[in-house]
Amino acid sequence: MGNYVPGTKEEQNAMLKACGFSCFEDLYRDVPEEVFLKRDLDLPEGLPELEVRKKMNALASKNTLFEHIFRGGGSYHHYIPEIVNEIAGRREFLTAYTPYQAEISQGILQSIFEYQTSICELTGMDASNASVYDGATAAAEACAMCVDRKRSRILVSATVDPKILSVVKTYSFGHGSEVVVIPEKDGETDCEALKAALDQQTACVLFQQPNFYGIFENAALICDAAHESRAKAIASVNPVSLALFRTPGEYGADIAVGEGQPLGIPMSFGGPYIGFMACKSAMMRKLPGRIVGQTTDVDGKRGYVLTLQAREQHIRREKASSNICSNEALCAMRVSIYLSAMGRLGLREVAEQCTSKAHYLKDALACAGLTPVFDKEFFHEFVTECADPGAVLSALKKHGILGGLPLGDGRILWCATEMNTKQEMDMTADIVKEVLRK
Amino acid sequence: MTFPSELKYSKTHEWVKFEDETTAYIGITDYAQDQLGDLVFVNLPEEGDEVTRDEAFADVESVKAVSDVMSPVTGTIAEVNEELQDSPEMMNEHPYDAWFIKVTDISECSDLISAEEYEAFIAEEQ
Amino acid sequence: MKLIFERSSAGRGTSYLPACDVPSVTPNTELREIALHLPEVPETEIDRHYTELSHQVYGVNTGFYPLGSCTMKYNPMINEAAASLPGFAEIHPLAGDENTQGALEVMKLLEDSLKEITGMDAVTLQPAAGAHGEFTGLLLIKAWHKAKGNDKRTKIIVPDSAHGTNPASAAMAGFEVVSIPSDENGCVDIDALKAAVGEDTAGLMLTNPNTVGIFDKNITEITKIIHDAGGVNYYDGANLNAVMGVARPGDMGFDVVHVNLHKTFSTPHGGGGPGSGPVGCKEFLKEFLPGIQAECTEDGTAFRSVREEHSIGDMRSFGSNFSVVVKALAYVLSLGKTGIRETSENAVLNANYLMHLLKKNYECAYDRTCMHEFVLDLAHLKEEHGISALDVAKALLDAGIHPPTMYFPLIVHEALMFEPTETETKETLEACALAMENILKEALANPEGAHAKPEHTMIRRLDEVGAARNPVIRYTFDSEEK
Repeated sequence: MGNYVPGTKEEQNAMLKACGFSCFEDLYRDVPEEVFLKRDLDLPEGLPELEVRKKMNALASKNTLFEHIFRGGGSYHHYIPEIVNEIAGRREFLTAYTPYQAEISQGILQSIFEYQTSICELTGMDASNASVYDGATAAAEACAMCVDRKRSRILVSATVDPKILSVVKTYSFGHGSEVVVIPEKDGETDCEALKAALDQQTACVLFQQPNFYGIFENAALICDAAHESRAKAIASVNPVSLALFRTPGEYGADIAVGEGQPLGIPMSFGGPYIGFMACKSAMMRKLPGRIVGQTTDVDGKRGYVLTLQAREQHIRREKASSNICSNEALCAMRVSIYLSAMGRLGLREVAEQCTSKAHYLKDALACAGLTPVFDKEFFHEFVTECADPGAVLSALKKHGILGGLPLGDGRILWCATEMNTKQEMDMTADIVKEVLRK
Repeated sequence: MTFPSELKYSKTHEWVKFEDETTAYIGITDYAQDQLGDLVFVNLPEEGDEVTRDEAFADVESVKAVSDVMSPVTGTIAEVNEELQDSPEMMNEHPYDAWFIKVTDISECSDLISAEEYEAFIAEEQ
Repeated sequence: MKLIFERSSAGRGTSYLPACDVPSVTPNTELREIALHLPEVPETEIDRHYTELSHQVYGVNTGFYPLGSCTMKYNPMINEAAASLPGFAEIHPLAGDENTQGALEVMKLLEDSLKEITGMDAVTLQPAAGAHGEFTGLLLIKAWHKAKGNDKRTKIIVPDSAHGTNPASAAMAGFEVVSIPSDENGCVDIDALKAAVGEDTAGLMLTNPNTVGIFDKNITEITKIIHDAGGVNYYDGANLNAVMGVARPGDMGFDVVHVNLHKTFSTPHGGGGPGSGPVGCKEFLKEFLPGIQAECTEDGTAFRSVREEHSIGDMRSFGSNFSVVVKALAYVLSLGKTGIRETSENAVLNANYLMHLLKKNYECAYDRTCMHEFVLDLAHLKEEHGISALDVAKALLDAGIHPPTMYFPLIVHEALMFEPTETETKETLEACALAMENILKEALANPEGAHAKPEHTMIRRLDEVGAARNPVIRYTFDSEEK
C-alpha cells in the first residue's frame, strides 16, 4: 500500500523515457535470467498506516507489561525524565547520518564530545570513545585492545555477567585468543586463583564491579595483581554506581567499560543499548570506533570533528584493530541528556536510592523466608535461595510483579531501583511469605 | 626538496644514515613526507624488537591515510625516537632530523641507492 | 556555541524523584573520592541547548541526502510510534518467553520476511550493525570450516572495490584477506578470481550490485567458482535496496548475507547508530547461528526462543536491537510484496534519472545503466582545473544539499558517489542537478574560490590535522571548579 515512493505512475514513466528506458525491466538488463525473480515475493500485501498501527498495537499488547519490576541482570528499570524522550526524538538527530560532513554536523559532534566528557568524568578515566553496541561488546573490544602477538590470554572472572563472558568468547573465537575463566569464591573473584593464573602470556583480566551478583569486588587487588604480571585490568562497571562508589580510575583499571542502558535508555526487550569505553591516555590510540575531537575552523571558531580516524576500518582496512563503524550516537545523546537532567546530585540520588532500596528488599525477603546466598557488601542486586523459585515468581506475576531473575539451583537474582516503593517491596515480601508457608 | 648526499636511500622512500657498518638511523625522505601530506601520528616499534629488511616496522598516519614504513636493514632496534609521537610535525618539517629508529647488529641490507640515484628514481616515478 | 558544561552552575537543576521512602544505607565499601562534574542545568536550559544543537544538524528531514552506499531514505513516522509503544519499550529482555509473546512474534515475522527477501533459510536478528553482521557471518563460515576439519581454509577473497569493513571484518574473524582487482567495469575480474582460489580459500565477500552501482552479470559464475573451490559466499547487503523483489542473494549463489535495517528497511541512522544488521544463511550454516531465534510452537498457538546446538555463542548481550526490529517490521508490513519491489525499482529509476541529468556536466566513472547508485569521476576536473571532489562536495553544503559520498570506492580517485533513494521527488533530483551545474560554472570561473567552500555554514572547513596531532577529546574543568 504505502511504499513511500512519491512519484505518480505518469512521472515514473516520464523519467524512464527521459533516460531511454521503456519499462522498469529495462533497468535490470544486467540481472541474468536465472536469478531474475519471476514471481511475487511470498509476503502479504502492504497495509495502510491505520492497519499497521492496529497490527503493531496488537503485537505489543501480547507482551506482559509489569507494573512492578525487580529484575536486572544486565538491563535495568530506571526513571527516564520526559525531556530525554522528547529531545532524542527530534527528527534532526534521528534522521542524520554519521557526522562525516563536519560543517553541517556540529550538533551531533558536539553532543558526542559532551558524552565523551561525561563518561571520562563518571569512570575517572582520561579518554572515551563515542560508544559501541552494548556493554558486552565493549568488554570484548576492550580485551582485543590488550591482545598482541606476545600476550594473547584473556582472564575473565566467573563473577562477570555470563552474557558478557559469552560475547568475549565469541569475539575471541575470531581473533584466536584463549579465554580462561577465573573461579569464584563466595560470590567474589578468587584472587588467589587469579594470581596463580596470571603469567607472561596474559593480556588482560576482565572483572565486573559490582559483579553479576551485585557484590563489590576487591577491585584494587585485582588491578594490582594484573599489573604485577604486566597485564591490563579491565573493569566492567555499572555507570549509576559510579556516582557513589570508587571509580575505575581510582582503583587503577587500565580500561573501564560498561552498559550505558541505565542512563536514560528504555529496556526495549534488549536493545538498542550502548557500550561505553574509556581508558588511560596511554591506551587512547588503541580505542576502537569513533572519537570526536575539538579543533577550530578557518575563521578560528571552535568546532568538532571525527578524529584519530587512521585507527579505523575505512582507512586501515584489514589492519584495523576493530571493524566497528557505527557508534550508538542516538543512545549516546540519550545518555548525555539524561546526565544533564539528573545532574551530579540527581545521579547520586539515584545511586543512593538503588542501594537503600535493594538493602531494604533483601531484608524484607529474608524476613519472608528467602535466604540470601551471600553475606557481602552489595549495590542494587543480591541473590537468594529457595526450594521452588518457579512458585515464587509465578505467584508474584499474578500480582503484576516481575520477580528476580532465576539463576538455576534455586537461586534468584533480585534488583531494586529508585522505581520501587516501600509499599510494593512490602507487598512483594508478603506474597513471597505466603508462597513459602505452603 | 632536499636529499643529503651523506645518506643512503631505499626505493620505498626511507633514508639510512650509517654510524658504522652495523649501526644506522632510519627515517622517511623529504619526498615521502611530501607525498603523505601532514602527518599526525606514528606507530613505532619497541626497543629490543628485531627488524627485517623489506618488512614494515612502523606506520605513519595522516588524517585520512596510513602508510607502512619499511626497514631497509635487518638488525636489532637499539633506540626509538619517541619524540615523534609528541611532535609528529617534525617528520614533515625536518625529515632528516626525524629519525624513527636506531638499528644495531645489522646483518643484512636492501639495495640502497645514493642521493643522486634516488632523485632520478623519484623523477621517474612522478 | 557553549558546551552543556559551560551552561552549568552549581546547585541548579530539576528534581525528578520523590524522596527515598526507606532508611538510607551506605555499604561498607570504598566510596568515590574524586570530584564528579556533570552538568547542573535547569530544564529550560537543557531544552534550549539541544534545540540549538539540532539546528546544526542535517537530517533526511532537512533536505536531500544522496549519500552513496548509505541509503538515506525517508524514515516513516509510524515506525517510531510503533517502537515507542509501552508494550515494546518497557519489556525486560529477561522477562521470559511466556511474558514476551508479542516480542517473539515480532522477531519471527521479521525473520521470515528477511528470509523471503534474501532467499535464505534462517535469520538471526542479533547483530547490532552492518559491520557486526559481517563479523557474525564470517564466524559462521569459520565455524563451518572448523566443524568439517578444514583447518587450512584461512583466506577470504575481497575485491579491491569493497567497503573497508569487509577486510576489517575478515581480519577480526581471524582470516587472511586476499584482495583481487576489479575489471574495467568495476566488476569482479573472473580470471583474477580463478587465480586467487585454492585449497586455502574459506570464502568470498561481495556486494551485488557492487560499490560502483553495477549489477555483476557474472554473479552465478563467480559464486560457482568459490563453491567449486570449497569456499562459502558472503553477500554484503549494503546495496540490497536496488534489488528487493527483483533478485535474491540466495538465488545468486550466496550462502550467508547481512542486511542493514537502517539502510534498506527505513530505520533512522540516528547520527551514526543504532542500526541493526541481521544475518541470514542457508540451511548448512544454521546450526552455528548466534543468540536466539523465534519459532512457532508445534500447535501454532505460541512462540518460543530457541538456540542452535553448535552456536558460535553471542554477538552481544541480548537478542536484537529490538526497537529497530519493530520499526523495520512496521516498514515491511506497510510495503508488502508489491511495495517492496516498487521500492527497489524506483530507487534504481531515481539513480538513473539523476545520473542522466548530471552527465550533461560531469563524467561518470562507468557510463552505463546503474543500479541504485552511481559514481562521478572528477579526475579530469582536478587535473585540468584543480577542482577536486572535495571542493564540489563542500560547495553543495552551501547549496543546502548533503554531499554525496566522497573518495569511495577507492578504485575511482576523485569519486563522488550518489544514491538518491526512492523517496525523493523528480523535482528534488532536478534541483540537485541544477545545483551541481551552478557549482561547476562558478568553480571554473573561480577555481581558488572553490577551495574556500563552504562559505555559508555556521562552521566552515575545520583543522583536522591539528585535531589529530593534539587530540582534545574531552572538556577540561578549571581547577577551581573541583
